Amino acid sequence: MIFGKLQLSDIPYDNPVIAGALASSTILALVIIGLITYYKKWGYLWKEWLTSVDHKKIGMMYIIFSLVMLLRGFADGIMMRAQQAMAVGDNQGYLPSHHYDQIFGAHGTIMIIFFAMPFMVGLMNLVIPQQIGARDVAFPVLNSISLWLTAAGGALMMISLGVGEFSNTGWTGIAPLFEKAFNPGVGVDYWMWAFQIAGVGTTLAGVNFIVTIIKMRAPGMTLMKMPLFTWTTIITNVLMVLSFPVITAALALLACDRYLDMHFFTNELGGNMMLWNNLFWMWGHPEVYIVILPAFGVYSEVVATYSRKKLFGYKSLVWATAAIMLLSFTVWLHHYFTMGNTTDVNTFFGITTMMIAIPTGVKIYDWLFTMYRGRITFSVPMYWTMGFFVTFVVGGMTGVLMAIPAADFVVHNSLFLIAHFHNMLIPGVLYGYMAGYNYWFPKVTGFKLNEKWGKLSFWGWAVGFMVAFYPLYILGFMGMPRRISHYDNPEWQPYLIVAAIGTLIIGFGIFATLVQLFLSIKDRKKNLDTTGDPWNARTLEWSTASPTPEYNFAVIPHVKELDDFMRMKEDGTAYKQPEKYFDIMMPKNKPYGPLVGAFTIAFGFAIVWYIWWLVIVSLIAIIALVIVMSFDDDMEYIIPAEEVKRQEDLHFEKLAIAMAQSDNK
Amino acid sequence: MRKSKLTKLTKGIVLLLLTAMMSGCKDMVVLNSKGPIGRSEAELIYVSFGLMLIVVLPVFVMTFWFAIRYRDSNKKATYKPNWAHSNKIEFVVWTVPIIIIVILSFLTWKSTKELDPYKPIESNVKPLEVDVISLDWNWLFVYPEDSVATLNELVIESGRPVSFRLTSQTVMTSFFIPQLGSQMYAMAGMRTRLNLMADVPGTYMGRNLEYSGNGYHKMNFKVLAKTPEDFKAWLKTAKTTSDTLTMAQYEEISKPKAGHPVKVYASIVPDLFDKVMAPFMDWMNCHEMKMDGCSHEGACECSDKQMDKCHDKTGCECPDMKKDSPEMGKSCHDMDNKKMEDNK
Repeated sequence: MIFGKLQLSDIPYDNPVIAGALASSTILALVIIGLITYYKKWGYLWKEWLTSVDHKKIGMMYIIFSLVMLLRGFADGIMMRAQQAMAVGDNQGYLPSHHYDQIFGAHGTIMIIFFAMPFMVGLMNLVIPQQIGARDVAFPVLNSISLWLTAAGGALMMISLGVGEFSNTGWTGIAPLFEKAFNPGVGVDYWMWAFQIAGVGTTLAGVNFIVTIIKMRAPGMTLMKMPLFTWTTIITNVLMVLSFPVITAALALLACDRYLDMHFFTNELGGNMMLWNNLFWMWGHPEVYIVILPAFGVYSEVVATYSRKKLFGYKSLVWATAAIMLLSFTVWLHHYFTMGNTTDVNTFFGITTMMIAIPTGVKIYDWLFTMYRGRITFSVPMYWTMGFFVTFVVGGMTGVLMAIPAADFVVHNSLFLIAHFHNMLIPGVLYGYMAGYNYWFPKVTGFKLNEKWGKLSFWGWAVGFMVAFYPLYILGFMGMPRRISHYDNPEWQPYLIVAAIGTLIIGFGIFATLVQLFLSIKDRKKNLDTTGDPWNARTLEWSTASPTPEYNFAVIPHVKELDDFMRMKEDGTAYKQPEKYFDIMMPKNKPYGPLVGAFTIAFGFAIVWYIWWLVIVSLIAIIALVIVMSFDDDMEYIIPAEEVKRQEDLHFEKLAIAMAQSDNK
Repeated sequence: MRKSKLTKLTKGIVLLLLTAMMSGCKDMVVLNSKGPIGRSEAELIYVSFGLMLIVVLPVFVMTFWFAIRYRDSNKKATYKPNWAHSNKIEFVVWTVPIIIIVILSFLTWKSTKELDPYKPIESNVKPLEVDVISLDWNWLFVYPEDSVATLNELVIESGRPVSFRLTSQTVMTSFFIPQLGSQMYAMAGMRTRLNLMADVPGTYMGRNLEYSGNGYHKMNFKVLAKTPEDFKAWLKTAKTTSDTLTMAQYEEISKPKAGHPVKVYASIVPDLFDKVMAPFMDWMNCHEMKMDGCSHEGACECSDKQMDKCHDKTGCECPDMKKDSPEMGKSCHDMDNKKMEDNK
């Protein structure tokens, strides 16, 4: 009763692979907890970080979380590659199919929901308020709740590693295989609830950022004076708010099937597996653009800054982004041309899919023409951007190819498809986020990242990606399906070995990113950014000190042009200290976020294991917390004008020294 | 001396790469098709690739060219920090992709109609009818005209179109023979169709491409394309084998188990395909209609009017149902929606 279905035998300590992963992550967690306790940092951590509603700190926590999940997702990836490199003929590899089949689902779910999404929301958090000249997001406490809901979903994913099992039906869910009749275990439930909880967090984040960008822009910043990253962010958030409710509903229907014996996606009694496919991809395809568009925003900022030039075709880029937003809702059926529908339906969705290639192509050319007649500095973000240009177009090409239904009939569900969407998501998403990470890091921390290891990490990814995924295109043409744990065709093996080597090279790229972070923190004194504008950049976030003070702007700027900070630098109005400072009211740190998150973990775990008393307790606790929060009047505090003046004076002192130094050079 | 060594080395590497690519081409079964459908699909892939290169190649060239030409240290290059708009360039970067996509759209429209998996392949020979039933994790092939069936091995006649009907006893799967072309989902309670043809005799691989659980990776089968004479001979021997496909035998092989050995059944259960579909359509009384003497094609695919006839249990014959007309694509639930409305 107390533990629901949960039994001691559900902990797979007898499986060496899982037990190893489990032991190492437990030890790591214990070491971290031990260190925090030893240095007596729990109070500091709780007061300054976990309960923080400062968008910059929330952004950093999002990104740290997503980098941790990247390591787990990558471990899953390398396990799959290792298995496929060896499991041919009599060799069964080292993973039984029951285990392998959980890994591909975990890899996809983690990479999309717990790496790409949090990294993206993290970047938005770090940058957007500063870029639009605001002091925080519209709903700071809600922002904290979004973070902790995402983290709660991630925690459920990690728990599934050690207690019970994970879903074997991929990250997309496979109807009707995920129904109770075929999948009585807890794996699908873990996937469903982790996904659901993180999805709710994301919807809330979407609402928050739409309101922030619509209502909180600095005076004078009209829509067509917004930097492109702000544009892509608001469009992404519109997509989030429109599409996430679909997946929330679909997962709720699945929960009805699995918990209440209903028949939405079953074989029997009028259930329809294609209903799931429709609902899933009605969210799933916009989701692809949700993660890609912010990266496009990053590229737009990076390419203009490092070419020391205005962004070419600003209007064109804005309209292209908007076009992608609309079109992304009209293409979902291309994920299952092979379900036996009529030719008219297939033709319609084939053509709408291809149409997305038009605005995307335009964007790439606009970026290229931004480089044209510029003065390009090849810093790390520029490496990622150029790597994106040359590899992303290959993925675009194979994407248009798969948009032709008759061509898709022979490559659908094969490794060609795997190669295609990794070709979109690695250059299109990860490269962009890495560019943004390197670009905005000094703004957040006050020191620059190590260039040498940054470039090494780029080369690791760029070379590794090609070695790991281009052979999969060939394997697709050789008829190799996705998601198989064992095969009999020896001709496939050489390519799979090459792909596994590619994964190792990517592993070096990830290692280099960690070394870069470590070395940069170690040598931070040498790489200090005292000006607040290390790249001679164009947008408002660079007009403040690095790291940005908690109030962002001592005086809210008045925007006159696109790239307003560049304008200020050019007409000499930048870096002028105002005569008088005023008191600033800022949101107070509140514990609602982490508390809601903790009860959500309890709720998720309890409902997966049918521990009904805990389900009820945690639900009541969450609702009670929300009620208490809405009656909480003590939400703000005042930073007195003297304190603002003290911090700003310090910044301008450092700035004067830095400017004198650069003049001497 | 050194130079010649280098040339030799380069030659060697180029040769190695070429052989690898050539052998790769042979192994790329999807592009090396043995049937008309697959061949057209491979052609489609080549043509669209070529068209797309028009947009893609300039990106490669421009990325490197601009990067080298406008690098910071090259002070000779023009620098125009405020140049950010050009109607000419905008015109080109919008129109060229649009034109290419228009061409590709036309190609899509045409090829989707031509290569519709439901469309019968034109031929002088009457197509071979095969019912595909997907099991956990095996494939059952039923030859209703000849009353034989095979398990995990598909025998067809080269030069003769094959008309498949597909359904599933369990979860969704995808039926695919890479060297013959198009794949098609098999779903419980639904019937999909696929038309393929092998031009030349040979042995090809077929398999499931949609993950379907633990035994998924073993869910493959051999396709034997035989000459007409050999096929006839095979049919004869098939009918004399000792195994028969009774309902009990069917229930036995439909239990979840991977890798049943290949089997040939000398006789089959009549209308097995419909009987497999029926339990899933219980709720809409479809199987009753069939029991009442509806045609072999399946009552659920009759037009709306004929559905009404079905309901008063006089049995329907679907006289004007043209084979493979668009209506054929309608699955049971289209009809069901209609029925629900009627019930309201």
